[in-house]
Amino acid sequence: MKTMKHPDSTRRSAGMRLHGMIRKETLQILRDPSSIAIAFVLPLVLLLIFGYGVSLDAEHVPIALVVEHPSAQTSSLTSAFYHSAYFDPTGYPHIRQAEEALREKKVDGIVWLRDNFGGETLSAGRSPVGVFVNGVDANNARIIQGYMEGVWAKWLEQFSAAQGMSVEMPVTLEQRIWFNPGLRSRDYLVPGLIAVIMTLIGALLTAMVVAREWERGTMEALMVTPVSVREILLGKIIPYFILGMGGMLLSVAMAVWLFQVPLRGSLWVLLGTSALFLLVALGMGLLISTLAKNQFMAGQLAIITTFLPAFILSGFIFDIGSMPAAIQWITRLIGARYFVAILQTVFLAGHVWPVILANSLALLIMGVIFLALVKRRTQKRLE
Amino acid sequence: MLNRIFALMIKEFLALLKDKRSRTVIIVPPLLQLIVFGYAATYDLNRVPYAIYNEDPGAASRELAARMEGSPTFHLVADLQNDSQIAPMINTRKALMILHMGPHFTRDLLLDQSSKLQVIVDGRNSNTAMLALGYVRNIVSRFSEQWASEHGGVRPPARLNIRTWFNPNLESRWFIVPGIVGLLTLVVTLLVTALSVAREREAGTFDQLLVTPLHPVEILLGKVMPGFIIGSIEASFIILVAVFWFHVPLLGSLTALYTGLFLFLLSAIGVGLMISSIAVTQQQGLLGAFLFLVPSIILSGFATPIANMPPFMQDLTLLNPMRYFLVIIRSVFLEGGSVSLLWPQYWPMAVIGMVNLSIAAWLFRHRLY
Repeated sequence: MKTMKHPDSTRRSAGMRLHGMIRKETLQILRDPSSIAIAFVLPLVLLLIFGYGVSLDAEHVPIALVVEHPSAQTSSLTSAFYHSAYFDPTGYPHIRQAEEALREKKVDGIVWLRDNFGGETLSAGRSPVGVFVNGVDANNARIIQGYMEGVWAKWLEQFSAAQGMSVEMPVTLEQRIWFNPGLRSRDYLVPGLIAVIMTLIGALLTAMVVAREWERGTMEALMVTPVSVREILLGKIIPYFILGMGGMLLSVAMAVWLFQVPLRGSLWVLLGTSALFLLVALGMGLLISTLAKNQFMAGQLAIITTFLPAFILSGFIFDIGSMPAAIQWITRLIGARYFVAILQTVFLAGHVWPVILANSLALLIMGVIFLALVKRRTQKRLE
Repeated sequence: MLNRIFALMIKEFLALLKDKRSRTVIIVPPLLQLIVFGYAATYDLNRVPYAIYNEDPGAASRELAARMEGSPTFHLVADLQNDSQIAPMINTRKALMILHMGPHFTRDLLLDQSSKLQVIVDGRNSNTAMLALGYVRNIVSRFSEQWASEHGGVRPPARLNIRTWFNPNLESRWFIVPGIVGLLTLVVTLLVTALSVAREREAGTFDQLLVTPLHPVEILLGKVMPGFIIGSIEASFIILVAVFWFHVPLLGSLTALYTGLFLFLLSAIGVGLMISSIAVTQQQGLLGAFLFLVPSIILSGFATPIANMPPFMQDLTLLNPMRYFLVIIRSVFLEGGSVSLLWPQYWPMAVIGMVNLSIAAWLFRHRLY
C-alpha cells in the first residue's frame, strides 16, 4: 500500500506529522505556562538582578585616614581622598584604631600619613605614606590599590607643580583602551550574562520534556505512531527554539536600552549567532533529558552541567587565557564559552569576522553533535 | 519516634543512593568541579598575550622590551612591523595588548629625559585590561627609576608603601577556593532536597506518607537528615582539598567553621525543602531550585563584591544564606576568624533555616494541588 502512494502525498503527510507534533508540543507549552515563564520572565528577572548586581567597579570604598601631624600638605592630600568618588574616608586619630577598624571590616584599607610627611620626604623616592589593604578579596584589593595610586600620583603632580618641581618619570605611559575606554565592567559582564542566562533557559526548557514522556510512557506511545524519531525531535525543538529566541531578543533589548551597553555589530549577526547557540543549549537539554531515565535525574543533571560551568568556565568573568592549559581544554567543551566570545565582540567591537566565524563554527559543530547524539540515543531505546 | 525518623531516613537514603546513576550524580560531579573550578576561577593574570611594535633602533627600547619578555605575566606573541598590523591583532584577540615604541624612543630619552610608551589594550574584558595595565605600569616605572638613577635624571617621586593584610601576595585563589566550598555545598544540598518532596507528590507516595502515623515534623526530619549528612561529608572533603591540594591557609578555628557550615546546611536544606513542597511537579521543583540557586550564587559575593552593588540590591542579599557563609569561611580561612567575631553572620542563617523549614512542614499538609 505504501508503494502505491504518490511521492508528493508522502511528503505532504510527513509535513502533516511534523505539524501535528509541533502543535502537540505547543499545546503542552500553552497549558503549563511554566515554559513561557522560563522563556520570558526568567531572562527579564535574571538580567535585571545580575545587570545591577554584578559589577567589578569599586566605588565609595570605606577607608581609614590617619594623619599624625596635620599640616597644610596633609590636608590637601586628605581632601583629595575625600573628593574622590572611589573612596569614602573616615578619619581616625591613631593607627591602632584604624587597624582595629580594618580587622573588624569597617574599612577596606588604611592610608596613614606618617609624622615625617611633608617637604623633604615627598620628593626623595621615600615613602612617607603607609597603606594597608585588606587582601582577602585579592582582585578587589588590587583595584583599590590602583585607585589609591591614582589619587596619590595626581596629588603629587599638583603638589610638585606648585613647588616648581617636576615629577615626570623618564618613560610615561600613554594608554589607549579600545572598545571600552571607561573600563566599565558592566559593558563586558552584561553580554556574558546573556550567555549564562540563555544556557540556563535552553536547559530548563528542554531538560525535562523528553524525560517526562519516557517517565509517563507517552514516548512509547509516540514511537508506535508513524511519526519518525526525527519528527518527534524536530517537533520538540522548534517550539522551544521560538520561545528561546524570544527570550534572547528580550535580553538584547534590555542590554542595549536598560544597561546602555553599546551594540557595535548588527542585530542580524547577533540573532544568527544566537540561533546557533540556542541550538547548542536546547540540544544539550534534550541530551540530558534523553540520557536520564527520569525527570528527577534530568533535573539534577541540568543543575550540575549547565549553570556552574557556564558561570566559571565560559570566560564570562574569569579570563580563560589565564587558566592552566588543561583547564583551557576543558573550557572548549562549554558551549557558552564560544557565545561569550561572540557576544563580547559583537557588542563592544563590532564585526570581527575571524572571531565571529570561528566561534560560530564551534557552536555549529557542538549543536550537530548534541542533536545527533540525541537522535541516536532515542533510536536505540526503541529496540 | 526516633525509630520512625530513622526508618524514614533510611528510605530517603535508599531513594537517593540505591540507583548507581543517581549516586554518581550526587558524588562525582561536585568533586570534579571542585578541581576544575579551583584552577579555573582566578583573576590573576598569567601569560597574557601581547605584541611589540618597536620602531626604535636604540638600546633603551630593546631593554624595556626585554623586561616585558622576562615577566611571567606576559607572553610575547608577535613583533609587529607596521601600524596596519595593530588593529587585526587586537580585534581577533590574538594579543590583549600592544606596546608601541616610536622611532625616537631612545633618542628622546637620552636628550630630554622623557619618552612615551604607547600601550593599546583590548578593553572587551575591562577587568583583565585594568590588571594588565597595572602590571605594565609597574614594569615601566621600575625601568624608569633605573634609567633615571643611571643617567642622572630627576629623582623618583615619593611612593606609597602598600602592604596587604591576610593575603600578602594577593592570590585570588585564596579568595575563590573557600568560596567554592560554599558553592558546591549549596548545589549538592539543593540536588538532594529540592526535588525530593515534588517527586513523591508526583508519584503519589507522599499522600501515602501523610496517612501513616508519622507527624509532619517527623517527615521533615527524615527529609532533612540525608541532605545534612551528604552535605557535611562533601563539604568536609572539599575543605580538605582546599587546604591540602590548593594550599589555602586555614588560620581560624574549626569550631567557627563548622558552626557556620551547620547553620548554612540548615538554611540551604530549609530553602530546598520549601521549594520542593511548593512545587506540584518536578519541573516546577527544578525551576524553583534554579531560581534560588543562580541568584544566590551570583549575588553572594563569590565572584564580585557585594559592596559594588546598588544599595537596594545589597539589602536583598541579606536574605541569601550563602552571603553569610562566604564571609564566615573566608574569615576563618584567611583572617583567623572566631565564633565570637562571626556571631553577626551566624544568626541570620539560623533564622532563614528555621523559617523555611517551618513553612515546608506546614505545606506538607496544607498544600492544595
